[in-house]
Amino acid sequence: MDKFLTFTIVGLSTAAIYSVIASGLVLTYTTTGVFNFAHGAAGMLAAFCYWQFHFDWGWPTPVALVVVLLVLAPLFGVLLEMVIMRNLEGTSETTRLVVSISLLVAMIGLSVLIWKPDESRPMARFFQSSAPISVGPTTITWHQMVTLLTAVAVALGLWLVLTRMRVGIAMRAAVDDRNLTMLTGARPRRVQMLAWAIGTALAGIGGILIAPGLVLDASSLSLVIVSAYAAAIFGRLRSLPMTFVGAVVVGCAEGYLQGYLPQSPFLTGLRTAASVLILFVVLLVLPNPRLRGRIRSREFFPAPTWKGALGFAAAMVAGGVILATTLSRPDLITYGQVFSLGIVALSLVPLIGFAGQVSLCQLSFAGIGAVVMAHLGGGGNPLALLWAALIAGGVGALVALPALRLSGIYLALATASFAIVLDRWLFLLPRLSVFGLFEVSTFNQGSLSVDSLTIFGASFADPGRQMILMSVLFALAALLVVWVRRSAFGRILVAMKDSEAACATLGIDLFGTKLAVFALSAALAGVGGALYATQLGSISPGNFDFVTGLPVFMMTVVGGVGMVGAALFCTVSLYAVLPLYSALLPSIARYAVVLPGLAGLSLARNPGGAVQDVREGFLPLRTSPPAIGATVGIVAGLYLLRMLDVLGNWPFAVLLIVVPMAANAAVQGLSRPEKAEEPGADVPLEWRGIVRPWTEADRIELDQALGVNEVEIHGAT
Amino acid sequence: MARLEVRDLTVRYGGHVAVDGVSLDAEAGRVTGLIGPNGAGKTTLFNVVSGLLPTQRGKIFLDGRDVTRMNPSRRARRGLARTFQRLELFSMLSVRDNVRVAVDSRRSWSRDPGTAADATEELMGRVGLTELADERVDALPTGQARLVELGRALATRPTVLLLDEPASGQDDQETRAFGGLLGEIAASGVAVVLVEHDVGLVMRACDHVYVLDFGRVIASGTPEEIRHDEAVLAAYLGTGVGVRT
Repeated sequence: MDKFLTFTIVGLSTAAIYSVIASGLVLTYTTTGVFNFAHGAAGMLAAFCYWQFHFDWGWPTPVALVVVLLVLAPLFGVLLEMVIMRNLEGTSETTRLVVSISLLVAMIGLSVLIWKPDESRPMARFFQSSAPISVGPTTITWHQMVTLLTAVAVALGLWLVLTRMRVGIAMRAAVDDRNLTMLTGARPRRVQMLAWAIGTALAGIGGILIAPGLVLDASSLSLVIVSAYAAAIFGRLRSLPMTFVGAVVVGCAEGYLQGYLPQSPFLTGLRTAASVLILFVVLLVLPNPRLRGRIRSREFFPAPTWKGALGFAAAMVAGGVILATTLSRPDLITYGQVFSLGIVALSLVPLIGFAGQVSLCQLSFAGIGAVVMAHLGGGGNPLALLWAALIAGGVGALVALPALRLSGIYLALATASFAIVLDRWLFLLPRLSVFGLFEVSTFNQGSLSVDSLTIFGASFADPGRQMILMSVLFALAALLVVWVRRSAFGRILVAMKDSEAACATLGIDLFGTKLAVFALSAALAGVGGALYATQLGSISPGNFDFVTGLPVFMMTVVGGVGMVGAALFCTVSLYAVLPLYSALLPSIARYAVVLPGLAGLSLARNPGGAVQDVREGFLPLRTSPPAIGATVGIVAGLYLLRMLDVLGNWPFAVLLIVVPMAANAAVQGLSRPEKAEEPGADVPLEWRGIVRPWTEADRIELDQALGVNEVEIHGAT
Repeated sequence: MARLEVRDLTVRYGGHVAVDGVSLDAEAGRVTGLIGPNGAGKTTLFNVVSGLLPTQRGKIFLDGRDVTRMNPSRRARRGLARTFQRLELFSMLSVRDNVRVAVDSRRSWSRDPGTAADATEELMGRVGLTELADERVDALPTGQARLVELGRALATRPTVLLLDEPASGQDDQETRAFGGLLGEIAASGVAVVLVEHDVGLVMRACDHVYVLDFGRVIASGTPEEIRHDEAVLAAYLGTGVGVRT
């Protein structure tokens, strides 16, 4: 009984922290419609600031608390609302997701930048030196007491604000209908800013209360708070009372697991993964949403042509050969990941780009592929790649099976929680025997060594040969994705992204289709992960964890996830441009950690993606075969000069970039006079009258496009 | 026998009853009209019949078989197809590929002669879209976009076809041509159910008309009978409130 009481108190004080954090999340979600993945990171930053002021600079506790919670956190919240969240109105759910994940990554980057991660930063609990208070047979610490009282105060305060104060009522009204709220004289903008200020301050309170019990570490602190998301999901992200109930369920579950779970290496991870498991389960039992109708979005991805795809594949292989023959051995190892992780990024293209299904656990599937390669690919057996595809694909289908009822933010959370369960529990398990029939093992509680591939007796241990092999496999994977897009299955995927309702009324099996694309995507990620593992030689769970996977997701979406080029954009920017930048400018290399986050934040402006812009920019060159021939010829010549050591690596690299751009500009310059003579027939309707004079023919076309009867408007009188 | 039978169907949104005990029949080879003022429950009825919305009470039969609990996809495979008032086209696909998706879907559960590509071209010819085959559907005027939805619905070779305001956005000439097309479709043995605000088209094209108001059938009969029905006139012109009870 004493033990039960002790762990009830532990559970309740955890619940208190979760409820504070989750209520902040609910507040911002309901008033702005943005699920803030960076909410936990805001709490993390608050904890770091508090540590800095109080423990490092020695400010008194009240001063430090006031500065962090009443000044910095609300200001930060207002800043977020003004600079980022405000622009997200009317954007797709994927865009909002990427922006808030980018914010998470940028904030983790920022804290690493300010507070070097390898230092220890002990944080004492509140009133640590005071003796605990006895409650019957057990005791309660002052820190726990403060935590519980804070939660009660927050609950009361929120209730007062939302039901008794004008601004709170306006806040609730803004949730229902912003425009209507504006008509009644309230100012939703101000209300939203206030919601972000309060929400961020609540995250701050949670961060400061939870940090002393953990290590002050940026990414783990940002993610511990994922447990609070489970509480928020109990309230379906809308109801504050249910959120408090959810917090008690999650907190107590964690408390009792801590007290009663038997000591076993198989169950250690379960303690930390429990809340995420609860999140996963709660997501699955949420009521089934209706089939959604058509979503209007600004994104459009043209279907790829075979000519373009083959050109892309050839360019990839050529790129692989050039890299393999010009780079030094250490550089080959540094940049070698571009193609193998490119396949992982490529796996997002059919899933998100074609089918519109979000997954935040692709790198986890890659991890599964890597583990399979380590266990079954002894001696570099390429057959293990097939196993990696099958097993990762199977796991993908298993994860998808329950998760497919979900969409948007719920699907993102479900896949994220799967990734975290792998990180915290399944990837840390020792070897496990299933009913004595067969053994399942993941990383065997450490790291695994992986042999490099040997195909038909040819070894690919040399980084140069490896690079060429990877570029060929990446090109093949890209062709596979193009083939999928051009097949009947691909058309169904694209159709499903547009309107699930219409697909269902055409007799399309939505469930089977989603399952198939999830399995395909997971299989592709598994192969990518397996290949990556053969390059690394030794793998550990850290190579494939949730936070490491986020930039891959973000940059592929930023690249324009409907096109295979986006995968290349993603890995080139993450694994070639960033390391290159760090190598060139070591003095500011530290700032590189925030760059992917910033790139993601730009997405709100350009939802079509960066690759699309590049494609359009190079349109003159792409449509002129002689110019393509000439460019390839010049590049080949430059390569020859490089091989003969006439050119060094740097001039060669610069010329490789300059030559296509110059050729493009030349073609454009030559073709411009012809273009000017063309009539403005291809001017989009909305630009006529602006870029050229308005004509009668335009009026008729506009009437037709609007579907209005000419007589109705013009001839009725 | 009626291809589609709806019996005593009721749909509630919270306290609001959108469809209230509606029964209707649609027979093979005929165009059945469904008219009524805005908010009468026409689109809701289509959503329930096609399975996109659940029903609280009542039954739906396709060719005598109860489909009330089936999901939309299985109903489609049993011969039910529809178009949407608020267009639900696949904007990332061309006109041809919009139709092709439906042809491929049909072929995933049924063996049809010929190739999918030929079937697609034939359908586009039938609804008059051949010249627009490579256009993006987003670029089409509403009237033609509705034809794409019709072609897509026909591609599943339905026995019951629900058309939700297919003529809105068409000009007079297009509407006349469309009326002819409707007749052809019905003549091929399909039971067509037409929701339409263009009363002229309804009177010309329909064999039988149901009038819905406040979720209830207030009249049914031939176009001629409906034209003179007092309850219908009251519902449309707003004279007298007795019809609402």
